[in-house]
This record gives sequence, structure tokens and C-alpha cells, in this order.
Amino acid sequence: MIRKIVYAIFAAIIVIALVMFFAAYPFGANKMAVGTYYLNHGVAQTGAANIVTSVVLDYRGFDTLGEVSVLFAAAAGVAILFFMLGIGKKERENLTKPNFVVRVGSRIIFPFILLFGTYIFVHGHLTPGGGFQGGSIIASGFLLLYLSYPGTRVNRGGLSIIEGLAGLTFVVLGLWGLFTPTDSFLYNFLPKGLFNTLVSAGILPIIYIAIGFKVASEFAGIVDDMMCEVICRGGEK
Amino acid sequence: MIYYVGSFLLIAIGLYAVIVKKNLIKILIGLNLIASGVNLLIISVGYIKGGTAPIFSRAGLNAKMMVDPIPQALTLTAIVIDASELALAVAFVVLLYRHYKTLDIKKIRSLKW
Repeated sequence: MIRKIVYAIFAAIIVIALVMFFAAYPFGANKMAVGTYYLNHGVAQTGAANIVTSVVLDYRGFDTLGEVSVLFAAAAGVAILFFMLGIGKKERENLTKPNFVVRVGSRIIFPFILLFGTYIFVHGHLTPGGGFQGGSIIASGFLLLYLSYPGTRVNRGGLSIIEGLAGLTFVVLGLWGLFTPTDSFLYNFLPKGLFNTLVSAGILPIIYIAIGFKVASEFAGIVDDMMCEVICRGGEK
Repeated sequence: MIYYVGSFLLIAIGLYAVIVKKNLIKILIGLNLIASGVNLLIISVGYIKGGTAPIFSRAGLNAKMMVDPIPQALTLTAIVIDASELALAVAFVVLLYRHYKTLDIKKIRSLKW
């Protein structure tokens, strides 16, 4: 009974908040001030054609560093939980062998998924997309591989090294900004280059490539943990 | 306007699933629906009538034609965080299932109140 009352109060609070929200923010109206500043000055200040990227990596680069840490914490949490589960269990589960079409098709499509993901995070400062999306796409390619070949094991040590190096790149590039005359963390110290070309926008593409590798290796690690939980419970790990 | 309504519906369906359903997996699906609804809501707050994507990809685009970039930047990272948190939650559910041999929250002692 008390449970229902608590839920009702909770739902009422959310409905009231949404109604207030709908009243205060009409759809499609121009209500941005900070956004206008970024749109007007973003190209001159960061050199990136994609303003979303310049907000994510330049104006709010420190937040993004935090987001990457959250991602790392989640991946580490998944690994720890499954490691705890694995202790003392030796039995294996038999999965149905995937269909011939799935196996051959995933072999053909896997390199293209990697290529597409790489394209997405290399062009993050020019086109929609970036390190987070490209990394997720690459990890989905690994998921496809795991589903079609249940015996697949990736090299976890290699994944950890890639992940650590990518994170280190991000932090070192940020710290480098402290030694430039501006004295600010994550300062865009490299030359801006020619606008709207691949090599432009200073450190932003480098950071996005690092994020791409980091997200890809973290998600691939999560996928590996989950598949291992089904296939190689406990065992060698 | 349809985006506001859609995001509201997504949040409502997700809340329904979280509150009413007893299966942990269904509760997680509800949580993810809420996250999608909130993302859609944030994106549609940044929409400006007739605006295009905030990318200066060709000549002739100026800042007045574009939508707000900040909500898009926020949801961009939020989606990835959602995915990783869902993975963590699923890991917890697997742990609970192995321990209690059930996914029903009525039967899991420490989750009942």
C-alpha cells in the first residue's frame, strides 16, 4: 500500500515537471544563448566544421574526459562482476552452432564494419559522428563476430593496452595545454589548418581518434565479458 | 511538437514498465526507454524551426540557419553512457539470477519492500 502511494507521488512529480516544461519551452522557438555564441565563434576558435564536435571536445573537453572515465568505470564494473561470478564454476554451455549464412556473411561484412567505424571517428570534426559513435560501430562488429563464431576470443591484454594508450593520449594532450602560454587544460595548441579538410582543427581529430579506440576497446571488452559468461564460465578466462 | 509528445510517451511507457513489471529484464528495458525518451526530449528542446544540422560543411551556411549544438553534444555522450550502464545493469541481473535462480523481484528477498 505504502509502495503505491510513493509511486503515485513520484509519477505526479514527473507529470508536473513535464507540464511546467512544456509551458516554458515552446517547440521550435529560438531559446539558445550559449549555443548562438558557439555557432558564431566556434569556427574561428576551434577550426572544426562540426560545431557539435567543437562543443564536445573543445568547449566542454573536460566533461568529455569525465564521460570517458564513466565509461571506463562501467566496463571495469562489468569485468569485475563477471570475474566474481566465474569463481568456482567449470561447466560449459552448449550454444547452437550459427547458420552457414550468418558465418560467411559476418566474415564478409566484418572488415567493412571496421572501415566504416574508422571513417566515422576519423571524420568526426567534419561530418556527423565521432569517436563515441565510431567506437560503438567497431564494437558492434566484434559483437557480430562473437555471435557468428561463439569460440572467438579477443586478446584482452591487447585491448587493455589500446584502451590505456588512448586514455593516456587524451590526458597528455590536455596536460600539454598547461605548458602553452595560455595555461589552460585541453588548450587547442596545434595549428588550425585549412578549414573543412581532414587535417584541421588542431588537437580535436587526435582526441576523437583516441576516444574512438578507447570506446571500441571498452565495448569489445564488455562484449567479450558477456560472451565469456555464457561460453567459458570460469575456466581459463 | 510531435517530438515532445513522443518523448513524453516514451518516458511514460518506461516509467510504467519500471513501476509495474516484476521481471528485472523488463525493468531494464523500461529504464532504457526512459533514457531514450529523455534524449529525444533534450534534442527536441534544441530544435529551431527550419534549422539544419550545426555543421559548416559547405559554403553559404550561416549560424542563423542552425539548431542548437549543445543538446546534441550532451546526448551524444549520454547515449554511450546509457549503453555502458545498461551493460553494467545486465551484469548485475546475471549475478542476481545466478544467486537467486529467479528474475522476479517479488522473490528476491533484498529487493522486496
